[in-house]
Amino acid sequence: MSIEVRGITKGYGDFVALDDVNVSIPTGQLTALLGPSGGGKSTLLRIIAGLEVADAGSVQIEGVDATSLPPQRRNVGFVFQHYAAFKHMTVAKNVAFGLEIRKRPKPEIKQRVDELLELVHLSQFAHRLPSQLSGGQRQRMALARALAVEPKVLLLDEPFGALDAKVRKELRDWLRRLHDEVHVTTVFVTHDQEEALEVADEIVVINEGRIEQVGTPEQLYDEPANDFVMGFLGEVTTLGDHLIRPHDITVHTTEQAGAVRGEIVRALRIGFEVRLFVRPAGAADEGADVVVTLTRTFARSLGLEVGTAVWLAPETGARVVPVRRGSAGVLSDETPVSTEKGATAAV
Amino acid sequence: MSSTLSTPSGTPAPSGKGPAKVRRARPKDALTPAAGLGLGVALIWFSLLVLLPLSAVVLTAFDDGWSTFASTLTDRDTRSALLLTVGEAALVTLVNVVVGTVIAWVLVRDQFIGKRLLEVVIDVPFALPTIVAGLVLLSLYGPRSPVSVNVVGTRTGIFLALLFVTLPFIVRTVQPVLQELDADVEEAAASLGASQFTILRRIVLPSLAPAIAAGASLAFARAISEFGSLVLIAGNIPGETEVASLKILKFIEGDNYAAAASVAFLLLLVATVVIAALDVISRRVARRG
Amino acid sequence: MADSTYTRRRRGPVTVVLRVLVIAYLFMLVIWPVSLVADRAFRPAGLAEGGFGPFLERLTEPGTVYAFNLTLTVAFWAVLINTVFGVGISLLLVRYRFWGRRTLSVLIDLPLSVSPVVVGLALVLAYSSARGWFGGFLESIGFAVIFSTPGLVMATAFVCLPLVIREIVPVLEEVGTDAEEAARSLGANGRQTFWRITLPAIKWALVYGVVLTAARALGEFGAVKIVSQGAEFNGETATLLVENRYSNFDEASAYAVALVLVLISIIALVVVTYLRPKEDRP
Repeated sequence: MSIEVRGITKGYGDFVALDDVNVSIPTGQLTALLGPSGGGKSTLLRIIAGLEVADAGSVQIEGVDATSLPPQRRNVGFVFQHYAAFKHMTVAKNVAFGLEIRKRPKPEIKQRVDELLELVHLSQFAHRLPSQLSGGQRQRMALARALAVEPKVLLLDEPFGALDAKVRKELRDWLRRLHDEVHVTTVFVTHDQEEALEVADEIVVINEGRIEQVGTPEQLYDEPANDFVMGFLGEVTTLGDHLIRPHDITVHTTEQAGAVRGEIVRALRIGFEVRLFVRPAGAADEGADVVVTLTRTFARSLGLEVGTAVWLAPETGARVVPVRRGSAGVLSDETPVSTEKGATAAV
Repeated sequence: MSSTLSTPSGTPAPSGKGPAKVRRARPKDALTPAAGLGLGVALIWFSLLVLLPLSAVVLTAFDDGWSTFASTLTDRDTRSALLLTVGEAALVTLVNVVVGTVIAWVLVRDQFIGKRLLEVVIDVPFALPTIVAGLVLLSLYGPRSPVSVNVVGTRTGIFLALLFVTLPFIVRTVQPVLQELDADVEEAAASLGASQFTILRRIVLPSLAPAIAAGASLAFARAISEFGSLVLIAGNIPGETEVASLKILKFIEGDNYAAAASVAFLLLLVATVVIAALDVISRRVARRG
Repeated sequence: MADSTYTRRRRGPVTVVLRVLVIAYLFMLVIWPVSLVADRAFRPAGLAEGGFGPFLERLTEPGTVYAFNLTLTVAFWAVLINTVFGVGISLLLVRYRFWGRRTLSVLIDLPLSVSPVVVGLALVLAYSSARGWFGGFLESIGFAVIFSTPGLVMATAFVCLPLVIREIVPVLEEVGTDAEEAARSLGANGRQTFWRITLPAIKWALVYGVVLTAARALGEFGAVKIVSQGAEFNGETATLLVENRYSNFDEASAYAVALVLVLISIIALVVVTYLRPKEDRP
């Protein structure tokens, strides 16, 4: 394990940002810390980097206890959401900074900077000032700067958060490819589940200062430990007493045993997909509507339209999670997960 | 007009700088007749009040070509007054560069009781009438000084008075920049291995440099042209403690207007250079973004 | 949150040392000397009588009253002129485009960097009846500028000229023209738009600029000294009186008037500090 976090607790006044967090981050992988804003994931990353001091607990990096080490001596690379560019230095000088601090010989610095600029596709911008670069280019510069010192771990705090959607997606793919080349243990913070699912080898879901689940993207999506994780990764709707993915619901036009009866109140067509809002019998308002997604062909074959009476049931093999009820914050240790066998509609 | 109307209020600005930028990008109007009349009146007043009198200074300095100008400036007392003024101003500016930056740093980064009071104290030298500033200093460093220091008629006195009146310049230009400095830039440097001192030297100070330069040129210009606070302190010993502005006064009182205008012209020149320098600095900072 | 971070959280011995040095520096340079003015005003040296009664007497003797009256008159006219001129020129600079606009906006700042003595000299060279460019003309119509109140007003207006403009221009740029255009589209004419839309928008910046101008006008010394006779009951403003009395070994009166001027400046400073945040949130 590359990073071992044990019993980390951190509060700001009355607010508990992290509450007894334990997590191990494997060597050489790309790990995402995923969770809603204010959930404590950035604080955890900053504690690993030594930029915040935890109230309790310990951090080990590559087997060395780093809990009381200042950031200067942790040998981590840190990339900030807003680039943290040294505005008065050229791109090359920015990248060379860490090496100059370490008093490496000049030719070596030059060679390494050239290599890194090549790696992040910024060679032709070496002598520009950061203000002359676009957001995406600045972030690549920041990445090269962090990698220059050959850090044991690379930490990225919402690295694509300040970029627009298109650049964001490009950089995301590029980070994945870069990691496959460089293989440095990388941890990045994001609140975007799609980003985490696409890029990460492993995802740590953090909410309200606690870790909800750790696993591969597939594990998290297919076997969410609780309703929070299920709701946070991917779309989710409530069918009866359970949370379920909208595409895991089968629609029948005839009565079925155990199926929920309802009426289609709204139908949206988005490309090849149809999204139905089904109001269960006896429900008063749209708050109880069940969302169902299915293909257009299938919807047409059943002749579904607004006003049609339908019966909804979970599909075979669908993952469902009971809706958490009662006092907030009570987490069931073992969430009962059931796979119900429902009848599939004949096509 | 249409450009403003066609921009829906909810549309975010492309660069994320906020809608203010969109509004400001609107082209300005050409003058309407009423505005043209207003501009005419304003320009006449501005010319009568500022431009014509200042031109009179320049023209009087060169009334009979270079000769008066040259002979004034080669006069032993005048030259030493100019040298003294520039020397003291440079020294005071230098001290302010260090002290002003330190004060700004303490006001931004430190927390202590009474900090808000210090904020007001910094501005006191700006607010006081200059003659009163001189009197204020005399109460502590003049005759009957409670600390038994009398600086009247000494170069130390001039230095002290200039230090007093230029106190706010660098503090007030550096402070906002230091406040706006992103914490993450310093954190980035720290995680790359830079010590606190290295961060200060290589990251913080270079970011403050334009503000320090701007404040320094303001302080220098003020020190060069200072008059009121020096009247009671300097003592006006020719060749010893007579500064440029007091030399001008002496020429005026002696009815030697050409000589007064010559020295005044030099001071004007410095003022112009400072304004130009500030313009260059602010444009350079704008480019750095 | 910024304060709990590693780089800015540390309060090492260096921080404490710097804090003490800064406080000591400001105490020796500003706080102590300024507070001594009160002491000197109430406990003057030599044969002069101390206490509050004599202090009041010194402030109410005719020469002092004349000086304060003159100072107030001059400051009033200078503030009035600069406010009207400042608002007008700011609107022109921000809202219109014309040839030489940028040059004008640079020139507007010039008075702040010109030595007060040079200001006085410049006005004398242009307007004194003996040697000014317009001296002969002015004398022929019997209008004296130099060595009379108009000269004092001009000198004061000159040195304070940019203060109002520098406060209003950024605010005018910030508020933009949307509201003004909306008002026009609703049928308001130019004057109505100015009084009901533009002026309220720049109100606080204007007040701030006026307070700065007034403080500066009340305390102007150098420029006024050159263009005034500066004799008692003859063009002696409050600041000139401070100098004259001090030079004539009437330290008690000098410090009494100085104390009043110090109090005015500090009140202005407090008002300005109080106004500042209001103006920042539009």
